[in-house]
Amino acid sequence: MLYTRPKSLCDVPLHFCPGCSHGIVHRIVAEVMDEMGIVGDTIGVCPVGCAVMSYDYFACDMIEAAHGRAPAVATGVKRSRPDKFVFTYQGDGDLAAIGTAETVHSATRGENITVIFINNTIYGMTGGQMAPTTLPGQVTQTTPYGRDPKVAGYPVRVCEMVSTLTGTAYAERVAVDSPQHIRAAKKAIRKAFDTQAAGKGFSIVEILSTCPTNWGMTPVQAVERVRNEMIPYYPLGVYKDITEVADNDQ
Amino acid sequence: MEERMLMKGNEALAEAAIRAGCKCYFGYPITPQTEIAAYMSKRMPKVGGVFIQAESEIAAINMVYGAASAGVRAMTSSSSPGISLKSEGISYLAGSDLPCVIVNVERGGPGLGGIQPSQSDYYLATKAGGHGDFSLLVFAPSSVQEMADLVVKAFDNADKYRMPAMILADGLLGQMMEPVRFPESYAPQPEKPWACTGHGNAREHNIINSLYLVPEELEKSNIERFERYERVKRELCLYDNYLTEDADIIVTAFGATARIVRSAVTMARAEGIRAGLIRPITLWPFPAQAYRDALSTAKAYLSVEMNMGQMVDDVKLAIECKRPVHFFGHTGGIVPTPAEVLAQLRAINEQIGK
Amino acid sequence: MAEMRVDRDRCKGCGLCVDVCPKKIITIRRDIRNQKGYSPAECTDVSKCIGCAMCFMMCPDQAIEVEK
Repeated sequence: MLYTRPKSLCDVPLHFCPGCSHGIVHRIVAEVMDEMGIVGDTIGVCPVGCAVMSYDYFACDMIEAAHGRAPAVATGVKRSRPDKFVFTYQGDGDLAAIGTAETVHSATRGENITVIFINNTIYGMTGGQMAPTTLPGQVTQTTPYGRDPKVAGYPVRVCEMVSTLTGTAYAERVAVDSPQHIRAAKKAIRKAFDTQAAGKGFSIVEILSTCPTNWGMTPVQAVERVRNEMIPYYPLGVYKDITEVADNDQ
Repeated sequence: MEERMLMKGNEALAEAAIRAGCKCYFGYPITPQTEIAAYMSKRMPKVGGVFIQAESEIAAINMVYGAASAGVRAMTSSSSPGISLKSEGISYLAGSDLPCVIVNVERGGPGLGGIQPSQSDYYLATKAGGHGDFSLLVFAPSSVQEMADLVVKAFDNADKYRMPAMILADGLLGQMMEPVRFPESYAPQPEKPWACTGHGNAREHNIINSLYLVPEELEKSNIERFERYERVKRELCLYDNYLTEDADIIVTAFGATARIVRSAVTMARAEGIRAGLIRPITLWPFPAQAYRDALSTAKAYLSVEMNMGQMVDDVKLAIECKRPVHFFGHTGGIVPTPAEVLAQLRAINEQIGK
Repeated sequence: MAEMRVDRDRCKGCGLCVDVCPKKIITIRRDIRNQKGYSPAECTDVSKCIGCAMCFMMCPDQAIEVEK
């Protein structure tokens, strides 16, 4: 038994910061593609954000998208190539700020795509600004005194939001702060791809992740923050799963 | 040849797109082009194509980006404010060398403006389609028949040169009905080995991307694109001349306005004024040579547009201001009349007479 | 027997493997710098490695291989 880099992940060094969860999520998405044998039939969409360069990392065909627009791009891809697996890999600023409309409408249309959603409560690529998921009181480049909901509003709980939409077939929130949670996260990603394979509609896996650099923490402290501060605010679990129900209309 | 049908410009354009192999259409309601979306919603399901009414013009252009990346012919349409919303997507399409067709059925601007016809998006189409150095193929139909013919040309040339193409029409052309005939045969679509279709483990993975963090690479990609643009300028420059061989006054206009100017030119000739019309059909590449050729006889130029004066700049550039270049136009949705244009021609004729 | 190997040039010295190893047999080699200037992780006693691969799972850079 050899634990090594999955084939659906290109053999190139990743540019992410030391300890960043992106690398872990990249591996488990690639492992799912390996296990399903679908890297040749998958098209990924990576919008602006720390993971925009995942087109160099995922071994499937990849499309770089404008900030916030990946679900729309993926819609165009899936509608024109319905027999292919299509996934997006988005950050919280991308999916829940500028791309909120694209998120809500690709979900409510029941687009048969899978969204991998990295929630690390911050804009990483641009150096640590407040994201729609930044926690109350959390200090960022644009909430230097801590996020004050009276001024900067409250965080968005995405899984809860999209699970109210009929077109959403599967929505689960997971974390990658421990091997046990990473196993569960991989299972969720596999379930999402299976949901897509069964043509059941929109699937999303929200993954609580770290951003050591912009949180100003060591990677180990950052993992603890996910456990102690993020999971209580963003409870893990399945928020929607209609894949057992016969048809999509309930 | 098929029989002629009486159709609205918007619908003729939509039907021609489908016949040219457009597989995906993503639209959003905005006057005066909503018939395109409505028509597509009726026809696309019948021909196994894709129709989506997107949540916004921004989403629609990004859906086009996705479908084009997957190697299929895709189109979106909107009107002036909607095209502004699409600008970032258009820049991404150009920066990723993706072919597609974007239709702008112009209305009066700026801001919410009006819903009557206008040509105030000339700059937007030919010069300022979005951020960065790039151009779009821009076709300007002047009749319902050309609404149909040019969308086919747009698809063919977008694929040939791997770049987005725009149809710059206006509310007049979109709404008016004229007989139209659709060609029987269409050119085959070229192979798209670069597209993201799922590599099936048979090739390297394809990447559609416009991000180049290394400056030298970004410049190189721009230079390559501009070399392609030079090729387009050599190979694809469409315009139509009317009575220009001996013209003292060259009048120029595109789209619906050109029809009005044509009548004015005919009326001027009847009064002994030697006027001629140059009608650009491709606005990019701009047919500069046509204006230079006319220098042999022309003593003055007049650009007539439904805006505050935009194409007039390109006319001046084309002839390097070697002759006076006048402008006449209305904006806000007012359509110039032949009589108004004739009055301009008389005034200019007097001036050059002295 | 099980073995944990670190690709010194890929490792960024983030320490997640060190933290998660149940046998506490991984350290950061402060005295070494790889191409990128990071101090890589290293297994201190491979005989104690049980091949649980928790280090592999927590590694964001595929710098660890575990054989069992």
